[in-house]
Amino acid sequence: MIAIIDYGAGNVASVANAVTRLGFSFIITSDIHELVKAEKIIFPGVGEASFAVNRLHDNNLFGFLREIKKPMLGICLGMQLMCDHSDEGNVNGLGIFPLSVVRFKSSETKVPHIGWNTVHYKPANKLFKDIKQDEFFYFANSYYAPVDQLTTSVTENRISFSASLEKENYFGVQFHPEKSSVSGLKVLSNFINYC
Amino acid sequence: MLSKRIIPCLDVKNNRVVKGINFINLRDAGSAVELAEVYSNEGADELVFLDITASIEKRKTLVELVKDIASAIQIPFTVGGGIRNLKDIENLLKAGADKVSLNSSIVTDPQLITSSSKQFGSQAIVAAIDIKQINNSYKVFVKGGTEETALEGLPWCKKVEELGAGEILLTSMDKDGTKSGFDIPFLSLLTSNVNIPVIASGGAGSMQHFLDCFNNANVDACLAATLFHFGEIKIKELKNYLQQNKIHVRV
Repeated sequence: MIAIIDYGAGNVASVANAVTRLGFSFIITSDIHELVKAEKIIFPGVGEASFAVNRLHDNNLFGFLREIKKPMLGICLGMQLMCDHSDEGNVNGLGIFPLSVVRFKSSETKVPHIGWNTVHYKPANKLFKDIKQDEFFYFANSYYAPVDQLTTSVTENRISFSASLEKENYFGVQFHPEKSSVSGLKVLSNFINYC
Repeated sequence: MLSKRIIPCLDVKNNRVVKGINFINLRDAGSAVELAEVYSNEGADELVFLDITASIEKRKTLVELVKDIASAIQIPFTVGGGIRNLKDIENLLKAGADKVSLNSSIVTDPQLITSSSKQFGSQAIVAAIDIKQINNSYKVFVKGGTEETALEGLPWCKKVEELGAGEILLTSMDKDGTKSGFDIPFLSLLTSNVNIPVIASGGAGSMQHFLDCFNNANVDACLAATLFHFGEIKIKELKNYLQQNKIHVRV
């Protein structure tokens, strides 16, 4: 069973629609008992970082998500919250990826970074299995995680940033797979099938 | 690099698509959900739904429609039309819309831009601005273009950016329906004065018009309605044409 975390700061409906379309069963929950039972966790996120971190604390999920050993996929803000820190609301994240999330400089590019951009992934990447290199995915972000050793794919918006991150059982994507048409659904099914 | 976006716009009344729908092979020509699927399969980058229903029941039915659309397509979409407050916005985003477009309500209550972008993220808040030239100046119109305001076009666009809007959907009323091309002079002035993405609307009549707008006005997206609804231009053909002419599009 897949669990989609509903903590009051995510586009749960769209993620649930995508997983439904793929034909997997899932629950939408913020209950730790349910999350303990789940095989895999999807951690969506939309909105403002410090607001979302507060919702994680309100739901007693902050410590729990740092310690799980099962595969978890953070989406967009979800991925950013898995980093050490975000400049958005100057807030500490889950600290899974040792990175600081920063804002695009408006002197260099339009902010927010909204629309379809290409993703270039490293070889032997489970999330991007059977997806063509430099495929388009839908992004909607003003902040980004810099490129790091844990970066498994990059996207360019004047500067290169992490389109996906991976560490042990933790995965994160900056784009919205649930809104990225056929390729996005493929990323979700790759996570569910292979990660 | 971000690709340039092509966005069909659908007017919806009582959950049915109205105005110029001439698709063949549709089971139900007025079904917003079915048309959304068609456009999504043709390669539309996102969709805009403008609800023009004028009834008390509107909000409830619109939320239901958004749920149906969100379960049918896996591309982003925006919903607009009569959205007045944070609760309206929350209900639509929760139902699966990615963005809301705000027009008359932010002229009455500009702070709605700030409060909504704080709560839902600026990427979810589109400021829809309708402008018309009156005596050599651009005036902002509200209520579906029926009411002139005291606001000037460019200063209002800069204001919505400052207040926290994530995108501007700029409709030129002078151009709308004329098929004479987008309002490139205003749009290029706009994109050199704001730093958020701009969606051009009003005036599309040919593939060349889209090309000119991307090349000369530096917009991020172009929107059209009847042109696509009547099948005069197919989205696939348009995107192939733009790609051949060195515009970065998702094909």
